[in-house]
Amino acid sequence: MTTTQDTTTPSDKTSGVTYTPEDGLLLEVEDLYVEFHTPDGIATAINGVSFDLHQGESLAILGESGSGKSVTAQAIMGILDMPPAVIPGGHIRYCGQDLLSMPEDQRRRTRGPEVSMIFQDALSSLNPVFPVGWQIAEMFRMHRGVNKSDALEQAIRLMERVQIPAARDRVKAYPHQFSGGMRQRIMIAMAIALDPAVLIADEPTTALDVTVQAQIMALLDELQQERQMGLILITHDLGVVADVADRIAVMYAGRFVEKADVVELYSAPAHPYTRGLLESIPRLDQKGQTLAAIGGLPPNLMRIPPGCPFNPRCRRAEDVCRRDRPELREVVPGRFAACHFAEEVINA
Amino acid sequence: MPEVILSAQDLVKHYPIRSGVLRRVAGQVKAVDGVSFDLHKGETLGIVGESGCGKSTLGRLLMRLEEPTSGKVIFGGEDWSGASGRKLRQMRRNIQIVFQDPYTSLNPRMTVGDIVGEPLEIHSDVVPKGGRRKRVQELLDLVGLNPEHINRYPHQFSGGQRQRIGIARGIALNPSVLVCDEPVSALDVSVQAQVVNLMEKLQDELGLAYVFIAHDLSVVRHISDRVGVMYLGRMAELGEEDEVYSRPTHPYTQALLSAVPVPDPTLRGKRDQIVLQGDVPSPANPPSGCRFHTRCWKAQEVCTTDEPELELRPDGLGAHLSRCHFAEPRLILETVDVSDLEPDTRFAGTEVQDMSDLGAGLGAAGGGEDLGSSAADAGVERSSALHPDTDQAPQDTTRLVDEQPGDDRPTR
Ligand SMILES: Nc1ncnc2c1ncn2[C@@H]1O[C@H](COP(=O)(O)OP(=O)(O)OP(=O)(O)O)[C@@H](O)[C@H]1O
Ligand SMILES: Nc1ncnc2c1ncn2[C@@H]1O[C@H](COP(=O)(O)OP(=O)(O)O)[C@@H](O)[C@H]1O
Ligand code: SF4
Ligand code: SF4
Ligand SMILES: [Mg+2]
Ligand SMILES: [Mg+2]
Repeated sequence: MTTTQDTTTPSDKTSGVTYTPEDGLLLEVEDLYVEFHTPDGIATAINGVSFDLHQGESLAILGESGSGKSVTAQAIMGILDMPPAVIPGGHIRYCGQDLLSMPEDQRRRTRGPEVSMIFQDALSSLNPVFPVGWQIAEMFRMHRGVNKSDALEQAIRLMERVQIPAARDRVKAYPHQFSGGMRQRIMIAMAIALDPAVLIADEPTTALDVTVQAQIMALLDELQQERQMGLILITHDLGVVADVADRIAVMYAGRFVEKADVVELYSAPAHPYTRGLLESIPRLDQKGQTLAAIGGLPPNLMRIPPGCPFNPRCRRAEDVCRRDRPELREVVPGRFAACHFAEEVINA
Repeated sequence: MPEVILSAQDLVKHYPIRSGVLRRVAGQVKAVDGVSFDLHKGETLGIVGESGCGKSTLGRLLMRLEEPTSGKVIFGGEDWSGASGRKLRQMRRNIQIVFQDPYTSLNPRMTVGDIVGEPLEIHSDVVPKGGRRKRVQELLDLVGLNPEHINRYPHQFSGGQRQRIGIARGIALNPSVLVCDEPVSALDVSVQAQVVNLMEKLQDELGLAYVFIAHDLSVVRHISDRVGVMYLGRMAELGEEDEVYSRPTHPYTQALLSAVPVPDPTLRGKRDQIVLQGDVPSPANPPSGCRFHTRCWKAQEVCTTDEPELELRPDGLGAHLSRCHFAEPRLILETVDVSDLEPDTRFAGTEVQDMSDLGAGLGAAGGGEDLGSSAADAGVERSSALHPDTDQAPQDTTRLVDEQPGDDRPTR
């Protein structure tokens, strides 16, 4: 691993395996599929998703609830419940090594020191019966074999780093004794404790007030710069993306329908869904705006419509859309969209 | 300005905190602590503020779902604070409420027809028995739902559709005021606009006045004529939409506005960002003087001792209500007036349509879309497991208006 780090050197890692990104390429997800086999049928939650992530880069995955964002994250982390989940195809390579074919104990050792995740709901992902400081310290003990008092000391430093006031006095406090914002900071502390190269943040601020959201996003941004992590930010908030991400992938019914540089995507979306989303959100800096809503609902993943999955809601749809599935393709250099009429949409 | 239809006068709601085995009152949560405003006929008053600042409690007080500790609610010139029995019922006819969470606020065991028609049963003089089914179907049609779905159950609808059911129920009695507590917060972005557009359409057609409670400042700006910003149970600033958003004078409003992310990456790093330190203090023990002084970067000695009044203070162009000793306007974000612009409707529409007709994966067996099986069933479980009488802050979303104690509703 080549990330700069304050406390760790690769030899600290008990795994013994070192991972070196080539040309800064940390993560490659290639044609990934995830299905859920349920009594009611097979839900295809991820339907051929591909992307890369480099050191120091922030990629936003934007989508509405149920579009497959969290499942993508869980597949990368290797924490999907299997069954009901099945991965019928695809590769997830970390520094060139396929995580999906790796022996489970080797893969487990990547969780934390290499790839790490902040969960959507901080309260339910912290253990309520242990003090937070102890929970952080435990990570140092398990992964680095540090002794108890040193681990606690490192935990305190980390809590200070994520701006928990009076961290030393609070190291023995339990999760419920912290506010929502502070719990989210503690989640962040735990996620970055082992200096991961890749950090996945799944809706890290969705449950928080805007003022707290601003603090948390600022902190994440700072940490990413400082450690040159690759950040995957999962969100449904077009505002948050605009503030943080370099690149964005828009997800709809388990597929990426558009992938682009953030500035370009906002100025000229290439997919009708992205366009519709941008027109349906009220903006703080506008008055007298008429909202144009996308009609209908995202599809049931057990019955994804034939042709373009967006066609029942798309105003631009033609016969070909109900028949042929558009592939994600490069429309103009660096811009990808899965729409038969992407050229027209991007110029609209 | 049109006549005042509803007015809150110095409303206060304190909840006792009990502790120890004897459950002695150890303190008071000052959820709402002296809030006054007027609501005019046909207008929308937005209420914003951080979690726990008292927005939902205020909504419940307006509806008289909760007895105020002190203060009055005046409706149509009459004081309804002490009303009970018939008088209270009569008032409820005119003020209805729509709750936050479309997953838990509807009774899972009632059909849509029963849910929307229930107010008509309770207020049986409004529509004669024989005409009620027809009225319910009209209401469903009005909110963009298929009237033929009258016999379906809530779990057969999506979140946005459920919110429409809640709205249909809210307007069943032709109220003049609709209190909406976070009506679109639980909805996905693409569906949120459908419901917002519907609410605007209904307001135009029915002349409704809305109290629109939400934490999303962009949505509130979009829908509101006037806006009140709450902090720790009090109104920090109150004015026309433009006054509050373009010329805010209270530091809290300024900080709140500056924290809202704007969906425009070219503004990154160029916005005036005020990052507030620390959390909101406990409403059980609000700071002395100005309640915001513990987080305010402008605080002076006087702020810790003297509470500022909510009064007209100059905002650069005129003056509007603000509760700060050192109120002065600060431009957080340049506002673009886009009211002349026709929206681009080539890819999304502005009309309010029946979502179920689009058939986006809706199952023939009854709208069993994506949310249908998992989320909806979870919703059913959640609502049946509710204990409305717990000590905690009520889950505003879990109760329906007419299930409140004090409302002598007929047994069915
Ligand atoms: N029945 C109750 N008993 C005790 N405390 C209560 C009760 N209802 C509300 N509170 C407290 O009053 C304060 C205001 O609550 P309220 O629900 O009005 O907040 P809110 O502004 O609606 O917040 P949110 O944005 O999270 O919905 C909170 O501190 C809450 O815990
Ligand atoms: N354990 C599970 N069993 C069955 N279906 C699941 C499971 N986890 C997720 N899904 C389904 O996969 C789809 C994508 O879910 P998710 O990735 O959580 O969406 P989001 O984009 O909101 O994070 C949803 O339709 C969800 O219901
Ligand atoms: S392929 Fe057709 S239906 Fe799909 S987004 Fe493009 S225009 Fe719409
Ligand atoms: S009165 Fe003082 S503490 Fe309160 S908002 Fe104004 S400057 Fe800040
Ligand atoms: Mg998710
Ligand atoms: Mg509330």
